[in-house]
Amino acid sequence: MTHLNLSPVRPSDEPLPDMLRETGGASAEFAHAAPRPMPEGTPIALSAHNVGAWYGSKKAISGISMEIAKNAVTALIGPSGCGKSTYIRCFNRMHEFAPHARVEGTILLEGADVYAPGVDPARVRQRVGMVFQKPNPFPTMSVVENVAAGLRFMGVRNRAEISDRVEEALKLAALWDEVKSDLKKPGIALSGGQQQRLCIARTIAVEPEVVLMDEPCSALDPVATLKIEDLMRGLAERYTIIIVTHNMQQAARVSDYTAFLLMAGDGAGHLVEYRSTADIFTNPHDKRTEDYITGRFG
Amino acid sequence: MAIDRLEHSQRSALGLKNRLKPGDWLFTAVTGFAAIVVLAVVAGMFLELTQQAWPALRAGGISVVWDTAWDPSHKVFGVGAFILGTLITSVFALVFATIVAVLVALFLVEIAPGWVARPVSYVVELLAAIPSVVYGLWGIFVLGVFIRDHLGPALIRYLGWVPFVDGTPLITGLFSACLILTIMILPTVMAVSRDVIAAVPRSQREGILALGATRWEMIRIAVLPYARSGVLGAAILGLARAVGETLAVTLVIGNSVQIPGNIFAPAYTMASVIANQFPEATGLHRAALIEVALILLAITFVINVVARLLVWKVTGGQRAVVQE
Repeated sequence: MTHLNLSPVRPSDEPLPDMLRETGGASAEFAHAAPRPMPEGTPIALSAHNVGAWYGSKKAISGISMEIAKNAVTALIGPSGCGKSTYIRCFNRMHEFAPHARVEGTILLEGADVYAPGVDPARVRQRVGMVFQKPNPFPTMSVVENVAAGLRFMGVRNRAEISDRVEEALKLAALWDEVKSDLKKPGIALSGGQQQRLCIARTIAVEPEVVLMDEPCSALDPVATLKIEDLMRGLAERYTIIIVTHNMQQAARVSDYTAFLLMAGDGAGHLVEYRSTADIFTNPHDKRTEDYITGRFG
Repeated sequence: MAIDRLEHSQRSALGLKNRLKPGDWLFTAVTGFAAIVVLAVVAGMFLELTQQAWPALRAGGISVVWDTAWDPSHKVFGVGAFILGTLITSVFALVFATIVAVLVALFLVEIAPGWVARPVSYVVELLAAIPSVVYGLWGIFVLGVFIRDHLGPALIRYLGWVPFVDGTPLITGLFSACLILTIMILPTVMAVSRDVIAAVPRSQREGILALGATRWEMIRIAVLPYARSGVLGAAILGLARAVGETLAVTLVIGNSVQIPGNIFAPAYTMASVIANQFPEATGLHRAALIEVALILLAITFVINVVARLLVWKVTGGQRAVVQE
């Protein structure tokens, strides 16, 4: 909670309370509807209710509700095209960046509706960070500049503070020891795994509450993948992590909760089952989940 | 490989013989020949120009480059005024065309919806298809008159404190040539900049948006830096066209051999003096004009080399950013 209070205010924008418009009524109303695999009383970082998303006239996901536990790793698994990436891109309002994209439903971040009128998507993205499938460091920037890139949007201008935050983020991302001697070299000069950890450092430097990871290891070799998985477990102490993966072993290794999504007959992704990771892999309730995790399809 | 152990006849039967070899050889030869021809044309041009300009080169020496007096009747051939005229008009056009082109390109790629972007793009590209002489005539009858009656006086009134913004605006003069060149190179710079900006990968845009950037911050921090080497390349394409542009400039620049005292004064460019005087030139005069052509070729060459070095330096030694 203290962490939330530190959340930065963009000096040029409206004050924070406006963004945190309470939708308490809606929250209470939905509380029983969304699947909630965590024990009673677990703090909730993000809750999504009946979320549907379109690309033009094509519906990508349909009516997905989930409550995401705070400071835990939640994995979304499912075959390609089941809408898991689209779903998490609704959480930080990145989905609407696609042409003709549309979102319906409610997404509450610490109880505040991120799609409420007047909410600045840029501020939502400061609080809900994202790591992408392919490492995407900014090629014209050095290692330090890459990590510091998001700080200016928070109004952090003080050089000493920037370098402190960069160092802390690089340490948290387990990259500091590898790059501390050449912080000035271009970010794209690093190896693929290092680049992805650089992107993680860049994301956590702005101190988000939630970190979305969209198949963060799919472009990496097994060693780099394991490093990132280790990192995720550590990061979960400070951040709420939601990871999309099509690698079931990865979901089993890193996550506390797992959701299984599947494309239904209408071509849109639906939530099939959402339970604790131990449960879903040892004792799946739904036949389709069982078929998927035992490798019968997908 | 198992195929290596097959008998020759078996290989033939399988159609694995090196049937393509003559084709490959021919392809190498034809493409190599084409490349050599291009090099030979450039080298030949340099040689021929040097040979034809030799009398003037020997008579004038290196000092013609900064001598500004050009008087064929007294056999005085200083090229300085032409070089200056070419450089001023080209650099002015380069700077302003690039600024406008990048703004238009950003609007087309980042802001305008498709039904606006497509026709606007098309119209700007159409500017490139207008013949030079039409630009020249339009420059005299429309742009020149506008400069004399409205733009010139307004500039002097409001920007008179800027050096060289004074004098008497006329229909023809340095400023008219600068503006015509700006308009003429705009479509090239715009079209290339637009393609370069549109080619900035989505992952770069989303990467900065995910950190909390607004649309403008995304353009400034992720899009423009990523596209800068390409935009520089676009500007160089424009510069090359501006340096060599002849007809339109000849019509509007005023054709007066002097160091212009202000932006409205008549001036001359290297290409213009060749076009104007070559038909009547003989002897040393003719050699001097060919010398002007040689210097023009050399300047174009230097611009290209410097531009390449600049792009190389800006991009930190990478030819292009290959990361997707």
